[in-house]
Amino acid sequence: MDSTLDFARKLRRLIIEHSRLANVGHIASGLSIVDLVAVIFGQVLPQFPEDEASFVLSKGHAALAIYAALAELGKIDHKDLAKYCQDDTLYGTHPDYRIPGIELSTGSLGMGLGAGAGIACAAHIRRKAKRVYVLLSDGECDEGSVWETAMFAGHHHLSNLVAVIDYNHQQAMGSTEQVLNIDPICERWMSFGWQAFSADGHNHAELQRAFARANEPSDRPCVIVANTIAGYGVSFMERQVKWHYLPMSDLDYTRALAEIDGSR
Amino acid sequence: MRRAFLSALTSLAESDARIVFLTADLGFTVVENFQAKFPDRFINTGVSEQNLLAVSTGLAKEGLIPFVYSIIPFVTLRPFEFIRNGPVLHQLPVRIIGSGSGFEYGHDGLTHYGLEDIGVLRTQPGMRIVVPADHEQAQNALNATYQLPGPIYYRLGKNETATIAGLNGRFGNGTPVSLVEGADILLLACGAITGEAVKASGLLGLQGLRPAVALVDTLQPLDRQSIAALVSKYRMVATVEAHYISGGLGSAIAEIIAEEKLDSRLMRIGVDRLWDGVTGSESFLLSRYGLSAEKIAERILKVVS
Repeated sequence: MDSTLDFARKLRRLIIEHSRLANVGHIASGLSIVDLVAVIFGQVLPQFPEDEASFVLSKGHAALAIYAALAELGKIDHKDLAKYCQDDTLYGTHPDYRIPGIELSTGSLGMGLGAGAGIACAAHIRRKAKRVYVLLSDGECDEGSVWETAMFAGHHHLSNLVAVIDYNHQQAMGSTEQVLNIDPICERWMSFGWQAFSADGHNHAELQRAFARANEPSDRPCVIVANTIAGYGVSFMERQVKWHYLPMSDLDYTRALAEIDGSR
Repeated sequence: MRRAFLSALTSLAESDARIVFLTADLGFTVVENFQAKFPDRFINTGVSEQNLLAVSTGLAKEGLIPFVYSIIPFVTLRPFEFIRNGPVLHQLPVRIIGSGSGFEYGHDGLTHYGLEDIGVLRTQPGMRIVVPADHEQAQNALNATYQLPGPIYYRLGKNETATIAGLNGRFGNGTPVSLVEGADILLLACGAITGEAVKASGLLGLQGLRPAVALVDTLQPLDRQSIAALVSKYRMVATVEAHYISGGLGSAIAEIIAEEKLDSRLMRIGVDRLWDGVTGSESFLLSRYGLSAEKIAERILKVVS
């Protein structure tokens, strides 16, 4: 296994290449979680036997980052990545459970955490060891259902449930501060009975420490608020709402790849 | 029929460790026995039906068979998109139990009436819709279906003791179940209101008609061939349901009559709309909206004559 940093660089490159190939957007959302995905898929999940850990991408619109990780890990073929957003393919901008390595079809925000809580409950009922990781977006925390599940998981001490929030402060129509403020985010989750702490979502050492802390024995579920930057790794895409939507031009594409390759 | 259903479910849960029961904080005097026997497989999610369906999706994905319970509009309409993107999209064995068909929560008011659940859930491919007519049939329906793949909706009535004359608990599993033999007209009903249809046939008999009565207990998938074979024997069919006339049994039969090119005339007896905010007992509301045995008979007589 490469270092998670090398892994992340490969994922960034794949996201840019395949967004370009498909001529679609949602690029910044994918880049925002690349480091989280690299640490989760490269370091966190491999600590467990395959049936003892689950991952749910509740912010389904960043599926390309997961497809890229699955391809790098050999769960799907690299050739399948070329099907991203083509006709007659499972590989849309949001993931489908029929793809190897995708546990649940997501895309409608506010559903993944509850399903993850159900997976965590099933482990308790069946007295099996299983840790469940659910990656949410910050804008997703606008959904009331997220808080239904937050209250439920806190009440039932679902200590095998770990939520990760991609806090890039950018949602579809503007910043979270402008659209619907979610702060004080850690305090809100703590008040629902969760452990909550924040980490630099692009600093791998810090993320690895955060996941280690989240995996320590506890009687509470845990949320890691990952402070991220939408479009991270491609300077002209960072913190720009338009890169939530727009595809790249040839020039954008060349510049983006040059930046990623130059970051070695 | 809720208690009978829960009693049968509790028996099944003795031998099937996959069965889990979830409620969104309803079911007082109905669910306690299951809870006492299987405290580890009983979850009260609190008043949160979206989470109820999301959690059940995760449970089912892990190989369990979750039964989720609430009053009909709360467990079908509030979390509808969770049903669509969870059990339906993933074809998982989540069992949704809706309590209180039609006007059974009469005094509780319009928010509590179950009038569009069948129509809404019929839009979801792969969602089996089971509508038992009495407590005996509810138990047999559960035993016959609970292990089937994919999601199931059980629409349960609140009457715990009434039985449908001539039914004897038979579950047709989609095939129409004959209750009264007849000739001139077919009353085709579903759910607890079938009792009113049977009584209406008696009243019509006094007027010299010989109506047949049958029930359909599974609204999806429809046993089209059996239903078409039955319907085609009658020049007129009146569907009877405690549901809006859009989307439910009447609509399903209309589709079959049209697509199978049957000559039978169709009369849909159901609720056209809620006229105002007036509430009352179930029997009052059934009469008010033309669904009591007497009103059903009157409506049919008016059309026939």
